[in-house]
Amino acid sequence: MEHRVSNQKTKQKACRIVKIGLALLLAGLLSACGEKKEAALIVAGSTSVQPFAEALAEHYMVLHQEIEVDVQGGGSSAGVMSAKTNTADIGMSSRSLKEDELSLWHVEIARDGLAVIVNPKNNVTDLTLQQVRDIYSGTISNWSQLGGKDAKIHIIAREEGSGTRSAFESLVMDKQEISPRAIVQDSNGTVRQLVADDPNAIGFVSLGLVDVTVIALKLDGVAATRENVLNKTYNLSRPFIFITGKEPVGETKKFIDFVLSEEGKKILNDEGLVTFDTGGSQ
Amino acid sequence: MKTTREKLLSLAFFLIALSTLSALAVITLFIFIEGVPVIGKVGFFNFIFGMKWAPSLGYFGIFPMIVGTVLVTLGAAVIGVPVALACSIFLTEFAPKRVRTLVRPAIQLLAGIPSVVYGFWGLTFIVPLIRTYLGGPGLSILAGSIILAIMILPTIISISEVSLLSLPSLYKQGSLALGATHWQTIHSVLIPAAKSGIMAAIILGIGRAIGETMAVIMVLGNAVAMPGSILDPARTLTTNIGIEMGYASGDHQQALFATGIVLLVIIMILNSAAQYIVRKR
Amino acid sequence: MKLINAKQSQMIAKTIIWITSIIVVSLLFVIIGYILFKGLPTLSWQFLTESPKSMGREGGILPTIISTLMVTAVAILVATPFGVGTAFYLTEFTRETKVTRIIRFSAESLAAIPSIVYGLFGFIFFVIYLKLGWSVLSGGLTMAVMILPTIIRTSEEAILSVPVKYREVSYSLGGTKWQTIVGAVLPSAFPGITTGIILGIGRCVAETAAVILTAGSALRMPDSLFSPARTMAVHFYILAREGISMERAYGTASLLILIILVINVGANMLVNKFVAKSR
Repeated sequence: MEHRVSNQKTKQKACRIVKIGLALLLAGLLSACGEKKEAALIVAGSTSVQPFAEALAEHYMVLHQEIEVDVQGGGSSAGVMSAKTNTADIGMSSRSLKEDELSLWHVEIARDGLAVIVNPKNNVTDLTLQQVRDIYSGTISNWSQLGGKDAKIHIIAREEGSGTRSAFESLVMDKQEISPRAIVQDSNGTVRQLVADDPNAIGFVSLGLVDVTVIALKLDGVAATRENVLNKTYNLSRPFIFITGKEPVGETKKFIDFVLSEEGKKILNDEGLVTFDTGGSQ
Repeated sequence: MKTTREKLLSLAFFLIALSTLSALAVITLFIFIEGVPVIGKVGFFNFIFGMKWAPSLGYFGIFPMIVGTVLVTLGAAVIGVPVALACSIFLTEFAPKRVRTLVRPAIQLLAGIPSVVYGFWGLTFIVPLIRTYLGGPGLSILAGSIILAIMILPTIISISEVSLLSLPSLYKQGSLALGATHWQTIHSVLIPAAKSGIMAAIILGIGRAIGETMAVIMVLGNAVAMPGSILDPARTLTTNIGIEMGYASGDHQQALFATGIVLLVIIMILNSAAQYIVRKR
Repeated sequence: MKLINAKQSQMIAKTIIWITSIIVVSLLFVIIGYILFKGLPTLSWQFLTESPKSMGREGGILPTIISTLMVTAVAILVATPFGVGTAFYLTEFTRETKVTRIIRFSAESLAAIPSIVYGLFGFIFFVIYLKLGWSVLSGGLTMAVMILPTIIRTSEEAILSVPVKYREVSYSLGGTKWQTIVGAVLPSAFPGITTGIILGIGRCVAETAAVILTAGSALRMPDSLFSPARTMAVHFYILAREGISMERAYGTASLLILIILVINVGANMLVNKFVAKSR
């Protein structure tokens, strides 16, 4: 008899728990049905372009409430790939397109400087391009060889699919390989964080991301500033490119038009990028 | 005297149970289908023992990653196993009941913490410590081993505990009756008796360490070169996949699946070993 | 000649063991305490109910909470029937045969597979092959397979500890197998089974590697099972890595930890009730 009663009670309690649980789960599922947007534009690719694309997307969505623009990362190579395979409406790249990618429709939306950064405690502030190349290829391995203190240089690079890395490789490395001993991190943010924490680290990030926690090296005497990218004295700059599989139409075209408009350009300039008046598109 | 209805019921449940088998089969199948072609292209020995991983240049050697995995896991075991054993002994033999009811859930809680939180904590505390006091960039095999050791503690502790608790009380009583001290009983009688369970626990813990990805990505530094010391940055098989999967395509992507195959094989061997040891009891 | 006698070595051993255990427990408090300390101040009603602005730099984390709920819901709803069903099959319908050994081996193997390999599988199977794309569904189904072994294991334990008497009583009253399972075994095993489900929920909430590769990382409110989703764990990872907003990163992590705390406490309570009942 006792078993029967306790069984009943357990059953009741069990039913209650199940009901609450199911209710929660259903609530989770249903709550999603709340906000429905008409169409979604997917923009994917370079993590360097990402924050800027996100800023553009936010402004755009305020002006056009019915459109949702999703910005994802993945890296420049992933961006080109997703534009090609139509996984994304717009692919983002922070490096120039390779030969076999040029057939895709693309437009440069801005230029971004590439800064080589070191820790504020490091007294090395000015290097030549050749020296940076030697550091990254492993030829120079100690800060004392550059006038700094006697400490091993900790090289930090981005991952292989990164447009930032590709840009660095083509602008600085000049066919030499980056040393396999380089520490690899998968975003500008982490590279900056590491250089900010480690007195012996060196890294490269998007110029727009340089803040007070790190110091951007002068290269061949030229300071890494937006102005110097604009007047072309600072050579390390790479294009930020939007790519689509074929000629953009509809919502995709409207968004790209916005990005290339005065309003879009202003947003990008405010965020630290450089826009030239000729947005060359093919 | 089974009715048709009962037979149907049996069949229904049997089909449901087959889901585990089919899930395993499908997973293994797809990973192998995606990964095998590139192993053929690159060559088995070049893949497993190749020293250079540079996909954009066509190099797909994963030996540095294998070494990374081995070193990090070994380190985690060296640090984690003694600590875990100490805790299991503590929980089963030394802790007063009140303490036990506090400590056991605490250790279970350690198991539930997301690995990204462990990784982040490691990045914030362990890495700077290593950098300041031991040298190197801090992002290192040592950092990975420490974090992994903490992460596998709950696994080893809980299974070892079960093994120790399931020993017949006769063992302990007998030993004490013969005049051995509590500690002598523990290390000469109880632990050897629970050996197979503890071995299984350790193997499962190691399996968990080998499979961990996110926390390791955050503290290991991910350099592709072969690590020269535990203070060097390195990559493991798992972090290699984790970092590059987002943008890999073609051969590169297949090579990552091939890495997945290697992982699967290692884990299956470990798992079967653990199951075999447990069954031998 | 012995340098130290048995009593002394026992003292040393005991001390080392006590100290080690205290260190391990304090580790828990250090890790969790640090996150909560930094993150609890950020947890406000607004934080939980607002959408993020500026890709997470400001605003709340509502879409990630919903994403986590949805992915977990899909995983639980799919894994539970299969898991509990398998557990019933292994215990109620057969003796230990080769087949049951193979099934059990499969379940144990599934449990051992690294989460990144699940991510690879989910990506190639659900996202690409089944064309589900990065979606709640892809993420949920992948998680379902991941938590299947846990549910099977705990359900089996629960079912096995139901006293044989219950079944005998049911049969003697003329019940069929199905009636016995549902009427006599299930209610008794319920707390144990629920524990497994709760542990599965915990796993879903904490998982990152497999989810990033299958549900994606688009920061938006998912409006169907087919939209991409960013769970809280993924959001924390991205916020912390990119340095977007450390405040919100800690806040997200704190919420995660609180949820896991609740899950663990709930599971423990159930286990205690379960153990108490079977006495």
